[in-house]
Amino acid sequence: MKQFTALYVALNETNKTTVKVEALARYFAAASDEDAAWALYFLTGRRLRLAVPTKRLRGWAIEQAGLSEWLFGECYDAVGDLSETIALVLPPPERKQDRSLAAWVERIQELQVAESARQRQIVTEAWLSLDETDRFVWNKLLLGGFRVGVSQQLVLRGLAQAYRVEASQLAERLMGQWQPSAEAFRALVSPDPSDTRPHLRPYPFCLAHPLEGDAASLGQLDHWMAEWKWDGIRAQLVRRDRRMALWSRGEENLTERFPELDPLIARIPDGTVLDGELLPWLDDAPLPFTSLQTRINRKALTRSILRRVPVVFLAYDLIESGGIDVRDRPFRWRRDELERLILSCAVPVLRISPRVTAASWQDLASLRRSSRARGAEGLVLKHADSVYAAGRVRGVWWKWKVEPWTVDAVLTAAQRGSGRRASLYTDYTFSVWDNGQLVPLAKAYSGLSDDEIRQVDAWIRRHMREKFGPVRTVDPELVFELAFEGIQRSTRHKSGLAVRFPRILRWRRDKTADQADSLDAVRAMLSAQTHSDPSSTTGSTIREGRLFER
Amino acid sequence: MECLIEVTDHGLYCAAGDFYIDPWRPVPRAIITHAHADHACRGCGRYLTTSDGLHVLRTRLGEAAVIDTLDYGRSIDVSGVRISLHPAGHLLGSAQIRLERQGRVEVVSGDYKTESDPTCQPFEPIRCHTFLTESTFGLPIYRWRPWSQEIEAINGWWQRNADEGFASVIFAYALGKAQRVLSGLNPAIGPIVTHGAVEALVRAYRATGVSLPPTRLASSWSRGDPALRRAIVLAPPSAQGSPWLNRFGAARTAFASGWMRIRGARRRRAVDRGFVVSDHADWPGLIGAIRATSAELILVTHGYAATLARWLNDQGQDARPLQTRYVGERPDDEVDEPEATLDDPPERDGP
Ligand SMILES: [Zn+2]
Ligand SMILES: [Zn+2]
Repeated sequence: MKQFTALYVALNETNKTTVKVEALARYFAAASDEDAAWALYFLTGRRLRLAVPTKRLRGWAIEQAGLSEWLFGECYDAVGDLSETIALVLPPPERKQDRSLAAWVERIQELQVAESARQRQIVTEAWLSLDETDRFVWNKLLLGGFRVGVSQQLVLRGLAQAYRVEASQLAERLMGQWQPSAEAFRALVSPDPSDTRPHLRPYPFCLAHPLEGDAASLGQLDHWMAEWKWDGIRAQLVRRDRRMALWSRGEENLTERFPELDPLIARIPDGTVLDGELLPWLDDAPLPFTSLQTRINRKALTRSILRRVPVVFLAYDLIESGGIDVRDRPFRWRRDELERLILSCAVPVLRISPRVTAASWQDLASLRRSSRARGAEGLVLKHADSVYAAGRVRGVWWKWKVEPWTVDAVLTAAQRGSGRRASLYTDYTFSVWDNGQLVPLAKAYSGLSDDEIRQVDAWIRRHMREKFGPVRTVDPELVFELAFEGIQRSTRHKSGLAVRFPRILRWRRDKTADQADSLDAVRAMLSAQTHSDPSSTTGSTIREGRLFER
Repeated sequence: MECLIEVTDHGLYCAAGDFYIDPWRPVPRAIITHAHADHACRGCGRYLTTSDGLHVLRTRLGEAAVIDTLDYGRSIDVSGVRISLHPAGHLLGSAQIRLERQGRVEVVSGDYKTESDPTCQPFEPIRCHTFLTESTFGLPIYRWRPWSQEIEAINGWWQRNADEGFASVIFAYALGKAQRVLSGLNPAIGPIVTHGAVEALVRAYRATGVSLPPTRLASSWSRGDPALRRAIVLAPPSAQGSPWLNRFGAARTAFASGWMRIRGARRRRAVDRGFVVSDHADWPGLIGAIRATSAELILVTHGYAATLARWLNDQGQDARPLQTRYVGERPDDEVDEPEATLDDPPERDGP
């Protein structure tokens, strides 16, 4: 356990990728196969089934520490994390025992089948034999909240370095229901020269640069091809050797998360790689990104969520065709091939991202303004001759996003943050004026610099009014400019409106509360949005790909 | 039962003796528990502090201030109020103020810690009727490990950085904490470099007779001196992120504070390491100190006042939170920190 905790601490102590990979490599090289298997399991975001309800754990911790319920609650408020709070309030270990990570995991597995009295015995024994940091990490494993801020890709790089196996090969072998054990780990890292099957590895993604300034400065419009900038999950679909895999930009293997794409394996020819976007799509139109988020955050893919948030693959590009890497061919060629391929597949879950055509830059700019109504974030401009470059290469692909809506709102309540910001008031509620009263419009967490967060936190502490659970209302004085991506009517909100992706653009120190915006102004934005929305026709126009003839 | 001390808008006031303790606005007569900015307000007519605290307070208040001193344990009489000062263990010269009148004894703790600290006199429990205690770390999650372990961890970190060719920058309050850390550093590892704000107070400590390892002011080094790669740098928190740090080249950073016990606070600080170094008592320390006074009434201020008072009530103790303006050590926001009150801007090297 000590080694694993040390790895955990090391990963937390640095932001530098190379140092993280080093630490991972060192751990994997030194750990037993069994421990390494479990470490890999947890580090790649897998978790154990919750063995004991958190409420019971909390109760046992309170008893062990000899605290009253309310005092534990105060501690939790200050720390912001149950595993950590428990680790800190318990008395120092009575009889330290260092078991291996695998042995400690075994205790958790035992918990899953034990009766309550035995559970309690196992947990308190563990607490009393682990020191603070080990206790914290064990709690995290137990509660399923173990997160270290390293991607699977990074973990595999560390493992690859320790065992001299290619990271992409490891990723492929890890696919599916990987069960941690010493044998499974040995098989995973074995060089295995007999494994000559083509890899399902993706290509490095080609990324667009944000376009600032005038689009017309890009030159002749007919050298450029425009598409909507969709708000989903960018992915590559790799179909080789009668198998198929779906990869995110973080090289996370997404295949099992989108079972509705399984039929594609029979439709797409072998030796094909598509670049595209995973989009929640219902009734011929994209759903808001938030619904995809909800789906992804679910542990289990139930039938109901698959029905409510079905996903399609919206193809942007063809980068491997007939087993040949075609990234060097001009985009217009790849696009033609892509259109042919999609047509021949003729399966509803595979669509093409439609081209957006216009007679002039000016017309294109006005089309761009309708992005939101179509569920897009703006346009992507690709040079017709551009190759599919690795990474972000300037000058060939541009993203031309629409500006967010903004509103000046008053800070009216605050709450402590979670995780690394647990000691600060970082979660804010903002309100706008309605008939001389401030009504809450949005909650926002991000957008301020660390310095500003500290200043606002200090201000909040001096201007608290009332306490509603963890929420403190504050004197309505500070004004912030908020940006958001969309507005919807909502019966759940007091304002009658729900805004999407609210974030703080800046602190308007130059404004006083009475100069903040009114709810009417926000309602006006909503009706402007609705007006520019051709509603149901949007979806079908896009689907047929005959776009916006003028 | 009449209390000797009351809270007024100028601070803690003793009407019987007509003087203030740690006032937050200028008053004619002020007894100062210690020289931190939230306790030692400028502009008062006369100050009383401990003999040990004179140099430190002088560094803070300047030459013009009129400062009287009293040895620990000695007493003076002011209009029938017997005043004596007793070690609080917070930093050099820090005192608890004991007031006695007609058999009634009240003690104002100021800031205190119960742990050992080679740079100041250890905390001395005093029996009293009313004890006014601080509560900066008044939650059970705050429990310090022995100082020997923490300082060993600091030296170990410094050694590793030095071996790998990195300077070690440790952010600690310029008064108290910096000197405490300094006292435990192992000069065999490399040179000890100070920021001007820290050095000014190191000198005040030395002038009082506290022996500390040798230090050298950062501004006296030439940029890029290879010896700096083995150095440890003691700097106030306000130096974090400032160009002042560039002179040390590749460096690793750490923050020394009781708040570093919480992971969230460590991460928010954006330093490589957090060392749990506090000049305030931890939860067991507070409870132990309060019990040792045998006081009938506990007034709690300065931190988790309501929490600690409620806990004491749960134990059957008469305790009340008391509203004051002491801020002390806070998890964030350097604005109130003592070095901000130094005459030398923090980004420049001081005297
Ligand atoms: Zn203090
Ligand atoms: Zn203080």
